[in-house]
Amino acid sequence: MKFRWTRMAGWVLAGGMAVSCLAFARPAKAQGTIKVGILHSLSGTMAISETTLKDTDLMLIDEQNKKGGLLGKKLVPVVVDPASNWPLFAEKAQELLEKDKVAVVFGCWTSVSRKSVLPVFEKDDGLLFYPVQYEGEESSRNVIYTGAAPNQQAIPAVDYLMNEVGVKRWVLEGTDYVYPRTTNKILEAYLRSKGVKPEDISVNYTPFGYSDWQARVAAIKKFGSAGKKTAVISTINGDANVPFYKELGNQKISAEDIPVMAFSVGEEELSGLDARPLVGHLAAWNYFESINTPENKAFIAKWHQYIKNNKRTVNDPMEASYIGFNLWVKAVQKAGTTDVDKVIAALPGIETPNLTGGMAKVLPDHHITKPVYVGEIRADGQFDVVWKTKGLVPGEAWSRYLPSDKYIVADWVKLKCGNYNTLTKKCSGQNYK
Amino acid sequence: MSKFLLRPGVQWLLVLLLLASRSAGPLYAQVPSPRDAAFLATLGQLRDASFPDKDNIVEQIARSGHPNVEAVLTAFLQDRLYFRNQDQKIFLLKPGEDEDASTYDLIDPITLQSAGSASSDGFTKIITNNHLRRVLQETLARFRLSSTDAAVRMKAVRDMERNLSDANAQLLQERSGVETNPEVKKEIGIALALAALNSPDAQARLSAVSTLRHSLRQNVLNRLDDLVQKSPDGSFAESDAGVRQAAADAVISIGRWRTFYSGIQTLFFGLSLGSVLVLIAIGLAITFGVMGVINMAHGELMMLGAYTTYVVQVAMPGHPETSILVAIPAAFLVAALAGILIERTVIRFLYGRPLETLLATFGVSLILQQLVRSIFTALNRSVATPDWMSGTLQLNDALSITYNRLYIVIFTLLVFGALLVVLKRTRLGLEIRAVSQNRSMAKAMGIRSEWVDALTFGLGSGIAGVAGVALSQLTNVNPNLGQSYIIDSFMVVVFGGVGNLWGAMVGGMSMGVVNELLEPYSGAVLAKIFVLVALILFIQSRPRGLFPPTGRASDNQ
Repeated sequence: MKFRWTRMAGWVLAGGMAVSCLAFARPAKAQGTIKVGILHSLSGTMAISETTLKDTDLMLIDEQNKKGGLLGKKLVPVVVDPASNWPLFAEKAQELLEKDKVAVVFGCWTSVSRKSVLPVFEKDDGLLFYPVQYEGEESSRNVIYTGAAPNQQAIPAVDYLMNEVGVKRWVLEGTDYVYPRTTNKILEAYLRSKGVKPEDISVNYTPFGYSDWQARVAAIKKFGSAGKKTAVISTINGDANVPFYKELGNQKISAEDIPVMAFSVGEEELSGLDARPLVGHLAAWNYFESINTPENKAFIAKWHQYIKNNKRTVNDPMEASYIGFNLWVKAVQKAGTTDVDKVIAALPGIETPNLTGGMAKVLPDHHITKPVYVGEIRADGQFDVVWKTKGLVPGEAWSRYLPSDKYIVADWVKLKCGNYNTLTKKCSGQNYK
Repeated sequence: MSKFLLRPGVQWLLVLLLLASRSAGPLYAQVPSPRDAAFLATLGQLRDASFPDKDNIVEQIARSGHPNVEAVLTAFLQDRLYFRNQDQKIFLLKPGEDEDASTYDLIDPITLQSAGSASSDGFTKIITNNHLRRVLQETLARFRLSSTDAAVRMKAVRDMERNLSDANAQLLQERSGVETNPEVKKEIGIALALAALNSPDAQARLSAVSTLRHSLRQNVLNRLDDLVQKSPDGSFAESDAGVRQAAADAVISIGRWRTFYSGIQTLFFGLSLGSVLVLIAIGLAITFGVMGVINMAHGELMMLGAYTTYVVQVAMPGHPETSILVAIPAAFLVAALAGILIERTVIRFLYGRPLETLLATFGVSLILQQLVRSIFTALNRSVATPDWMSGTLQLNDALSITYNRLYIVIFTLLVFGALLVVLKRTRLGLEIRAVSQNRSMAKAMGIRSEWVDALTFGLGSGIAGVAGVALSQLTNVNPNLGQSYIIDSFMVVVFGGVGNLWGAMVGGMSMGVVNELLEPYSGAVLAKIFVLVALILFIQSRPRGLFPPTGRASDNQ
């Protein structure tokens, strides 16, 4: 009997506390908060890459709140887990926009996840900052692309190989999905426009998570032994890279003979692997952790402190997340509100510093200006920058090297169109193709 | 005299300076001689030079004749050349120094003695790129040609072959006279013959071609092929018809041999892929084939084996060579115990109900995956490859086999042999066969059939664990490892014939070879599809696989 009474007292007490908590919470709410959505996979195959970006976003929000928030309001992160499941990305995006009514969303990694959420963002008039390098051929009113378009990564990388290394023969090796296929289509058109003969280009695709590289690597070795300088352009995705590089090392293909230029291998990917056999192989990015600037050093120190691990690496998509967050903050400050339409109108022209020097500026096509670096892999899994573009490269949504997209431009300031054909003078709407 | 009076004072000042920069050592103890000063000045130019300029500076350094050229350029090649930001002075790092270390052990470029250590913050590395490293290798080859180590000389000759300038040819010619090692001498012969192809004397070119025709090297083939080609204006690159004919014959002969060896290589690739398939399937051939249990968690047992390899390696730091050998029995035990546990707690209640078994073991596989994800996180774990397993076995210039694949083929054969012995020659094997053929009769003979079931399942699972050790050398160790192989392993068992170890062996090997033969023509994606379609057609006509179970045993299957 006594027991029951105490239990009842407990319930009453708990209830009372809950009520009082609500009462206390209310004035805080009236003061106002801004909800920020974070849409990165925290489980499944992409969790490896995307969890880091979630942590970066949380760190940036935390830091902004310490500075007094935004427009005098506190930023509140709303983290959802789309679980590397593409249709779930759309559902979670809808949840963020319709239920939580977030002011902005930072998210997505793979192109297929971005394509999956696009209709949701356009229907509900949301704002998405997409922080990963991608294949281009897209420009949405509701998305700001802070990663590299092909002309900010792939094309300069090929220029480096062609002009500085003297490569004459090309292997385009990719994983079988949209990003490598579109990038390789652009690169093939670009190489052909530079007078490379079809027999000097070899294009090959392998499935996701491919591990039996022996025959492919032997074929690359054979293709590269024809007496002309050969390089591999690798758009191989995530997991398949480890066995690929291991096999290169085993078959003694050194970077001095056949360099491999990768677009998806960064500090994070190399941290799980013995990099000694890979020394000299290349990667093209808009950011490298090893670049020595005060901003970069401060960011790395801040990250290590936040994540409580001095061994954690910083990579390109993290910098793109950092830039995206700062651009949004500045646009909101300029617009004086978090209203999506006003922020989108304020965004073009906004500038924020890159971690490696120069300013990232939002362009009318919703891409940004970026520096491009080519790095060679060091034995410790970091990169030595061996080349960079003179100045910043403005992102181009539509590739000028694809015959089908040559005359298409995106401009959200004057033309209010992401897909404007300069020949027919028509905007074909947001169907992207 | 005044110099002597001054020096102690200067030294004291320097000592103070050095203490301030947290380094110590007799850095400025001597005034450099003019030659040293010139050497240092040339080295100093490397600091802000562009990559093309660095090429020239390296050449200048090489020609300076300074005794430290080899040591300094070797350090440059190995990324150990730094300058101090404070005074722009060049230093070498001690060999084996970690670039990320907080302090560097320094070596003076003139004395080659230790120059103390200092905080790494104050130093900037002079970076190299691929082209510069190639130049450095070629330059260093000239010094290494007289090394006492034959392997170093061999490498030096090969490096020089890439750039057969007159000076290099001259050096090789001189070395050829005193070279004692027959292998190196032969290599020099090839290099000199390649150089002689540029000779103005047709007779010299002809004899060079006849030397080269016995080589299988790709670069020799390319070079000879160039001689036969017509230039755009219709004239031949090689003016002499006799030499041209000899070169054309040589090209055909070398090309024929190279095609032959590349065929052998493809066959080996097929066998190595096949042996991976066999390795992942024979465990299943026991649990699925002999016991009739559809174990969807088979892949996860392989994953457990791979993670065991990782754990053993972490537990034995500094011994990657032996840890992999320790990992084999460890992985067997871990996977076997996990298998027995699964059998005792889940599967034994479901014998004779294949659908429920399938669902239950699928659930078990998800549990195991999440368990591993919780313990080790979803990140890839890197399992180091021991030195004896990396690199290639160069059989001749046209045929090389990677060691890791070779060992996996051998390992598969060993595991297969051991399994056959267990099944055919031991009491356990006899009991397993008895139970699988006729359970009630076996029981009547006094065999504890439940006990045998558990051990059989444990044996199959243990083999899966051992396969995981091999997979850890080929692919990523992560929680999804098993999923990517489970389909393949079922495919092999079904193709080979349920309940037959030899079927799994022949089935796996032939699928591997067919896959590798198709791949160069169809690409990896299509090759896999072709193999699957062929398999479906095959199963249509022979539903019981390659080696169907015969006799009374077949009635129970």
